[in-house]
Amino acid sequence: MEITLTVNGRAQALELDPRTTLLDALRDHLQLTGTKKGCDHGQCGACTILLNGRRINACLTLAAMHEADEIATIEGLAPPDDPGALQAAFLHHDGFQCGYCTPGQIVSATGMLEEARAGWPSHVSPNLEAEVALDRSEVAERMSGNLCRCAAYTGIVEAILETAEQERDVEPREAAE
Amino acid sequence: MTVAKPLPHDAAMRHVTGEARYVDDIPVPAGTLHLAFGLSQIASGRWTEMDLDAVRAAPGVVAVITAADLPGHNDVSPAPTFHEELLSSHEIHYAGQPLFLVVADSHLAARKAARLAQVTAEETEPVLTIEQALARDWRFEEGPRVYGRGDPEAAIAGAAHLVDGSIEIGGQEHFYLEGQAALALPQEGGDMVVHSSSQHPTEIQHKVAEALAVPMNAVRVEVRRMGGGFGGKESQGNALACACAVAARLTGRPCKMRYDRDDDFVITGKRHDFRIDYRAGVDDEGRILGLIFEQFCRCGWSQDLSLPVADRAMLHADNAYWLPAVRIVSHRLRTNTQSATAFRGFGGPQGMLGIERVMDHVAHALGRDPLEVRRTNFYAARAEAAQGGQPPVGPFRAASPRSISAKMRGEEGAAADPSLDLTSRGAAQAVAPQPAPRSEVPGSTTPYGQVVEDFILPDMVARLVESSDYRARRAAIAEWNAAEPICKRGIALTPVKFGISFTLTHLNQAGALVHVYTDGSIHMNHGGTEMGQGLFQKVAQVAADRFGVEVERVKITATDTGKVPNTSATAASSGSDLNGMAVKAACDEIRDRLATFVAERQQADPATVRFEGGRVHVGAQSYPFEDVARDAWMARISLSATGFYRTPKVEWDRIRGQGRPFYYFAYGVAVTEAAIDTLTGENRLLRADILHDCGTSLNPALDLGQIEGGYIQGTGWLTMEELVWDTRGRLRTHAPSTYKIPACSDAPPVFNVALWDGRNREETIYRSKAVGEPPLMLGISALMALSDAVAACGGPGAPYPALDAPATPERVLAAVERVRSA
Ligand code: FES
Ligand code: FES
Repeated sequence: MEITLTVNGRAQALELDPRTTLLDALRDHLQLTGTKKGCDHGQCGACTILLNGRRINACLTLAAMHEADEIATIEGLAPPDDPGALQAAFLHHDGFQCGYCTPGQIVSATGMLEEARAGWPSHVSPNLEAEVALDRSEVAERMSGNLCRCAAYTGIVEAILETAEQERDVEPREAAE
Repeated sequence: MTVAKPLPHDAAMRHVTGEARYVDDIPVPAGTLHLAFGLSQIASGRWTEMDLDAVRAAPGVVAVITAADLPGHNDVSPAPTFHEELLSSHEIHYAGQPLFLVVADSHLAARKAARLAQVTAEETEPVLTIEQALARDWRFEEGPRVYGRGDPEAAIAGAAHLVDGSIEIGGQEHFYLEGQAALALPQEGGDMVVHSSSQHPTEIQHKVAEALAVPMNAVRVEVRRMGGGFGGKESQGNALACACAVAARLTGRPCKMRYDRDDDFVITGKRHDFRIDYRAGVDDEGRILGLIFEQFCRCGWSQDLSLPVADRAMLHADNAYWLPAVRIVSHRLRTNTQSATAFRGFGGPQGMLGIERVMDHVAHALGRDPLEVRRTNFYAARAEAAQGGQPPVGPFRAASPRSISAKMRGEEGAAADPSLDLTSRGAAQAVAPQPAPRSEVPGSTTPYGQVVEDFILPDMVARLVESSDYRARRAAIAEWNAAEPICKRGIALTPVKFGISFTLTHLNQAGALVHVYTDGSIHMNHGGTEMGQGLFQKVAQVAADRFGVEVERVKITATDTGKVPNTSATAASSGSDLNGMAVKAACDEIRDRLATFVAERQQADPATVRFEGGRVHVGAQSYPFEDVARDAWMARISLSATGFYRTPKVEWDRIRGQGRPFYYFAYGVAVTEAAIDTLTGENRLLRADILHDCGTSLNPALDLGQIEGGYIQGTGWLTMEELVWDTRGRLRTHAPSTYKIPACSDAPPVFNVALWDGRNREETIYRSKAVGEPPLMLGISALMALSDAVAACGGPGAPYPALDAPATPERVLAAVERVRSA
């Protein structure tokens, strides 16, 4: 079947078997191989992408279901020559070893920071109503869907916390302006 | 200096932007075919008929290949004395064994078609457990291997106390996040280029050459990086690479194979599971006088690397402790399950856990502090160790060159088989025994005769006891446990002493190739592979340092059998030690030529020429490095060199269990605090403190990552990762849905890791120490902390928890009930 996917702001027409997962469409048909296949079962998070800003596992959904959606992959988050704050923080805190889970971690963290900003509580949040204060345990809980077999978790959590803090520092100032 | 700096991984920027390519990400030519194996559903027997018509007729299928169609050897074994078929020619040895190969125009089509075969088989009763294998005496080697010294029976009989028991230790799935993958590209003249996610490109080259019946020079293997290896890509990639090469040969088209995660679990080997029985005779202080270990190692169906794995388990049965009279018996048992294989630590962790269990049990039996019992039994701290650089004690005779090359040719003892895979650790049996004279230093000699020359653990333990506040916390935990009925806490400190070197002595060699171009840029290649451990960056730092330039000038290129030949696997933690030295040798060769050239021009002594800050200094003058490179080229001086390194001092007789298998030891200490819920057995780690010895670290940032990651992987192995086979030998835990590895929230919330500040007494690359495997065993402290928490459930005189691994909630709960019911 013919479908059009909007990935990283670009609409692209594709001829696909209707059973093609979104992950395979990205990797095999659009050559966006930054999104990795760790398990193909929705259990490792290596294939995390943003669907209209929310994080999902691309291996668990069919490409054909997403004609109307905005899809963002690791390649679309920041240009290679100008990494964003999260990417820089992952570099700074050594948030990886083999790097295979890294694109998924960064995309997932992007979505997660947005969820926290929107006030979504997690399993470890002390209060369902209050603003979310991201600390180590909140980040660890919210990132538990992204496995890292190299167990670079210390660096991953530190990178995300640093990014969250930077945003906190920046936002009030922006609001004041 | 570019060494000893915390620089990020070589491809760090590419990892965070998604540009870093793994095998499955390499753009493939149009017309590339995709492969999948058809797998055996039964664990043992023979297939009599395979009806593959439906497979051939399935949409997208281009070819179906069986054992009868193979152009060359049907063998993917890394062990030269064992035959391991790529495709079963009739015998079936485990559920998941590849029977046939489907070649199709898409991955999905190949997978689907593989399910359509009608296989008729005569099923026999599989041998699955240690007990069943023992009952049938089904094993590798003629009988158990035995190392030891003295008369442990007499020592035990004469001791004040006897402590005996048994521990079961589960296996572990590697779960490298990037599954096994290979891509074969046919070339003109029948040559083959293979991209493989492999820790051992030379073995891939060797096996592919055999599979195609071509010489090794017709096959080139390239490995840019792996998404994790952990030992699982030392021999387990052979099947995919050979399948791709054979299919590419038969179809004339590029072929790619990637195991789906379920297939990866079901086909490939895992960490060996063990049962270790122990009998220790101790005095009133808990000092071990005599000790007998019986290690039962479940090897699975094929020999693979099991012999050296089991050897290494024996070699770590002492860990950090002086055992005056000891016997270690090792049974290498064969079963109808996946062939267990290399996994970070390579048997060492299982052997070490055996003795740590003994220490814990002795402390419990005598009512003493486990830390004190450990200290009482430590090897002696040797005075000379503190001074460093002293010659080793004991006349370890170096083998003469002739005898080594004779062994390499297989003249001594083993049959001279031309297909002998000498670069494999599985070649263990091919090397003949050799007597090594023995010199005992009481208190310092291991059961296998190597003297522990730099025993720094007492100092490391003292430092960590202080920095982790061990004593106060232990007291606080005891108080808390006395008051709290439901949740119990525990704390434990365990040390690590891990031997560094391949125990198969001839593998301790490496080569490198370095070019300097006329613009001053440097191209570097060596035999090591990058799997996330940071090897490429460390070795590039070495190269940059030799030339006195920034590391950005050094191009790190894919490992390539066409550039550096006959390499050993990147394994045994040896990557930086071996390849760093080989690269240094190559760089120094070029540097010496440049120094001589510059010195001559200035009529100076070449020895006074310095390479620093991107410039070459001679006398009062200095020149940019690139100018010197260009001028040297103009003067017709070669700017390319190979380097070679072989580890000195090692010599080992694995049959007698005597010699110096290890160049040196790497040390570490961990304190873990854990909590259990006594109603459910659920448990978690609360805090970990680690002090680890990397010698003079080549790159502290990368080493810290290895230590943290190794510890967590070790705790995963011992507390949550459980492999379950059913009674018919089918692996039921074959996906992340049923097999749990540590997630972000499983890491201890308080996690303090520090590097021990010291230098390697041996002349390793910049006096650093290997760091790949040793930290995994720091995770033993987690199991011991859980054991401590379980023990807190019992009153006075309660039995020892005897907690087996992995300490899943079920096992913790059972141990709690055992302790309480008494
Ligand atoms: S590949 Fe999608 S979650 Fe693992
Ligand atoms: S960095 Fe290897 S899996 Fe995360």
